[in-house]
Amino acid sequence: MDRRDFMQYTGFGLAGLMLPGFGKAVAAETMVSTMDVGAKKAIADTALGAARDAGASYCDVRIGRYLNQFVVTREDKVQNVVNTESLGVGVRVIANGTWGFSATSDLSSASVAAAARRAVAIAKANSKAQTAPVVLAPTPGLGEVAWKTPIVKNAMAIPIKDKADLLLSVNAAAINAGANFVNSTLFLVNEQKYFASTDGSYIDQDVHRIWAPLQVTAIDKASGKFRSRAGLSSPMGMGYEYLDGLASEKHRSPNGVINYAYSYDMVEDAREAAKHAKEKLAAPSVKPGKYDLVLEPSHMWLTIHESVGHPTELDRVLGYEANYAGTSFATLDKRDNKFQYGSDKVTIVADKVQKGSLGAVGYDDEGVKTKKWDIIKDGVLVNYQAIRDQVHIIGQNESHGCCYADSWSSVQFQRMANISLQPGKEAMDVEKMVSGVEDGIYIVGAGSFSIDQQRYNAQFGGQLFYEIKNGKLGKMLEDVAYQMRTPEFWNACAGVCDQRDYRIGGSFFDGKGQPGQVSAVSHGSSTARFNGINVINTARSLG
Amino acid sequence: MKMFSEAEARALLEKVIKLSVADEVNATLGGNTAGNVRFALNNVSTSGIVENTQLGVQVAFGKRTGVATINQFDDASLERVVRAAEALAKLAPENDEAMPELGPQKYAVAPTYAQATADITPEYRAQVAADSITPCKSDGLVAAGFLSDSAGFQAFANSKGNFGYQKVTDVNYTCTVRTDDGKGSGWTSRNVEDVRQFDAKSQVQVAIAKAKGSRDAKALEPGKYTVILEPAAAAGLISFMMFGFDARQADEGRSFLSKKGGGNKLGEQVFDPKVTIIADPFSTQAPAFPWDNENVPRTRHPIIENGVVKHLEYSRYWAQKQGKPMVAGVGNLLMAGGTKSTAELIKGTQKGILVTRTWYIRLVDPQTVLLTGLTRDGTFYIENGEIKYAIKNFRFNESPVIMLNNIEELGKPERIAGDESNYTMMIPPMKLRDFTFTSLSDAV
Repeated sequence: MDRRDFMQYTGFGLAGLMLPGFGKAVAAETMVSTMDVGAKKAIADTALGAARDAGASYCDVRIGRYLNQFVVTREDKVQNVVNTESLGVGVRVIANGTWGFSATSDLSSASVAAAARRAVAIAKANSKAQTAPVVLAPTPGLGEVAWKTPIVKNAMAIPIKDKADLLLSVNAAAINAGANFVNSTLFLVNEQKYFASTDGSYIDQDVHRIWAPLQVTAIDKASGKFRSRAGLSSPMGMGYEYLDGLASEKHRSPNGVINYAYSYDMVEDAREAAKHAKEKLAAPSVKPGKYDLVLEPSHMWLTIHESVGHPTELDRVLGYEANYAGTSFATLDKRDNKFQYGSDKVTIVADKVQKGSLGAVGYDDEGVKTKKWDIIKDGVLVNYQAIRDQVHIIGQNESHGCCYADSWSSVQFQRMANISLQPGKEAMDVEKMVSGVEDGIYIVGAGSFSIDQQRYNAQFGGQLFYEIKNGKLGKMLEDVAYQMRTPEFWNACAGVCDQRDYRIGGSFFDGKGQPGQVSAVSHGSSTARFNGINVINTARSLG
Repeated sequence: MKMFSEAEARALLEKVIKLSVADEVNATLGGNTAGNVRFALNNVSTSGIVENTQLGVQVAFGKRTGVATINQFDDASLERVVRAAEALAKLAPENDEAMPELGPQKYAVAPTYAQATADITPEYRAQVAADSITPCKSDGLVAAGFLSDSAGFQAFANSKGNFGYQKVTDVNYTCTVRTDDGKGSGWTSRNVEDVRQFDAKSQVQVAIAKAKGSRDAKALEPGKYTVILEPAAAAGLISFMMFGFDARQADEGRSFLSKKGGGNKLGEQVFDPKVTIIADPFSTQAPAFPWDNENVPRTRHPIIENGVVKHLEYSRYWAQKQGKPMVAGVGNLLMAGGTKSTAELIKGTQKGILVTRTWYIRLVDPQTVLLTGLTRDGTFYIENGEIKYAIKNFRFNESPVIMLNNIEELGKPERIAGDESNYTMMIPPMKLRDFTFTSLSDAV
């Protein structure tokens, strides 16, 4: 099954999110095993030695075992159950001041040493055209260390039957609540990554992620109208315990919409989604104009991702992504001149250690211990996201620790950290925030998204839209999308709810680079208010 | 990668099939060597070669199926992959939509392979980067681009005696040229099977001209305009629309091709009569693989003819359930047009906007296929048959279904690879009335 087939099978609105190469399919018992650390160290030392002998001034080795499982269903059918495994070694070197990379799936000493020598040969060949040598920020050798996602239940160890039964009960709940169609899927990821470098680090990591998307569709045959509502879960850096559906992790909006924090009740959400999809069929179309928007965390994450996460990636700022994803309006002079990115309510941090998040690891893919740092402080742009060979360009001497490769066979590069809006400092809940809005729209869930190549002009939809009139949440609206210019939007931020409302959302398959790589990243926020935002009506008639 | 000949591939696949005790077996063998060079800021940034060959085995016990794949080909590995697929099939729930394997089919060879592409060397890739960078460096311009090429094969065989083998090559080049003051940007792309049809030196000149010409863009008010979309600008909207051609989605009432009250719009006039799009794997201009992902042989047939929907995508299961003939899924989109170039279309335009590229296209409403996206890398105002000046980029909110009912004129189709589409395409430049721009973008 290739990526396109997957999209056809599920029928989800996954366009724009990239799916990784899934590797080879394997039987169930291999999904809970790990490789011996001693064996990995021996392989790594072989590569490091061969690279040094061939003339490398620096070398890092990543031995990766990538396990995925997905279970795909629609209505009362399990459409597919797939286990995949991909194992191999990637060797990156600096020789003559230039990067070289090579990878192999053959873990024999001879093959690993040959890959190291090939990486050095590529570096030397490319060095002839190099105008400036690589400058690598120092990072301490850590010796032998380990890190593991703090999961409670290893999802790979849960029997396939339990997963299929869960999804079929989810689908049944939606159909019983009046849905015409429902798709639900489980994506489970385990990255077993071993990193070693000539700096003296040997890092063993066991990273787990989970995603449980669903989509429910209701149809009015007579009018030919159809409407869908996607699930309100988030992909998480958690184990199977995310699906326990704990009542304590539910956040009920003032109008009864149920959102989820660190535990998801998938059956309940499917039932609610069916009700919402039916309600959408009859909901009135929005009147276009300027509105104050109150944006739920299940919606906010995507706006943060596109309008703050991407423009503050240093490789984009510098022009390395100009031919594909694009550049950035947040140029270096803006940081130097204390650019007012947003209002003083806006503080945004990058964070590679946040528990439960998709981006959390102990160490990044070039052996740097991860951390948390400010990107926007009280509205002012203060920093970017940068890795070892970039930080010198912004006058810093310590990598931010956000280097990642999606496979042993991909070369690691700068990827987005978890980028999150910090909760407001004053006590504020959603009800109080809404009470101050005269003419607004409350938006729940992520929908359609599009942004230009410098991250100025964006348009976002959502899953659920509710009118706010004179401080009260009212009827459901349809056909809503808002358009924004990034700095104006963030400067229109009039308030952020406090810590009690803080939750994370995220992207399981964020694409970047040529050849393309995916990564998973979370974005946290509390519900936030933005004043005077341009809302368009997206209804059209095909005659 | 070992390039398996047809006989070698058949021998290996038949060996695998004999190893299985399942009711049915389908084995696929595919491999390629893919090379690339990436450059940015007038420097090569990365380059590499990835080789991969993979064997996939799908087995079925009744309605239970399992898939396993491997990239080693010794006898023990072949045995292991077959047993793994069998074990998964036994664990899987029954799927009553699973279809039996096809009996022997006839697959003609499609023109998807060129030896010259298979012979590309690292030196050639470096030269493409140099040919792209050199004219920019000396002219106050900054180049960023990517060349990827691949050569390989795909084969399959099943336990009912069906077999297919096809070799394939691909070259894809894109280059963005920006003025060093960041005020102008141009882009060019080329996608071919045969690298002899690609010349980086002339191709990069397209991006250079657009970069220089797009400096100091003026702002126009958003609204409805007559536009000329270059093929690259139109391709992303048209290929996106194909999501709505799935027959099952249409029959289920969740596609723009669903009919009120039930059923689908196959055979109905949905587009302007000027719209004709065909699929033909044997096209020499933009060929496609001769079978689809269910191994159904592809043939030449209309998708849209004179504005009438002539084809929907039926899976084998859905075709059987609906009593329809088995027709393969489409691999390419060949849209008919006229004889005029983009320049000639501009000459015949009183007032309008030339869009050379569209970007970040996303579905806003599946009911109407309303798409949003932006113009990028060169947008221009046309007056009295001439390009008057560069204009700032726009966001559009437009449905390709509406757009293909607002056609003024179509030009000569060109080979295009979509940014986010798997189709090979021939798409004409098109002059359209009332194209909807909803806001301005400051992005260059």
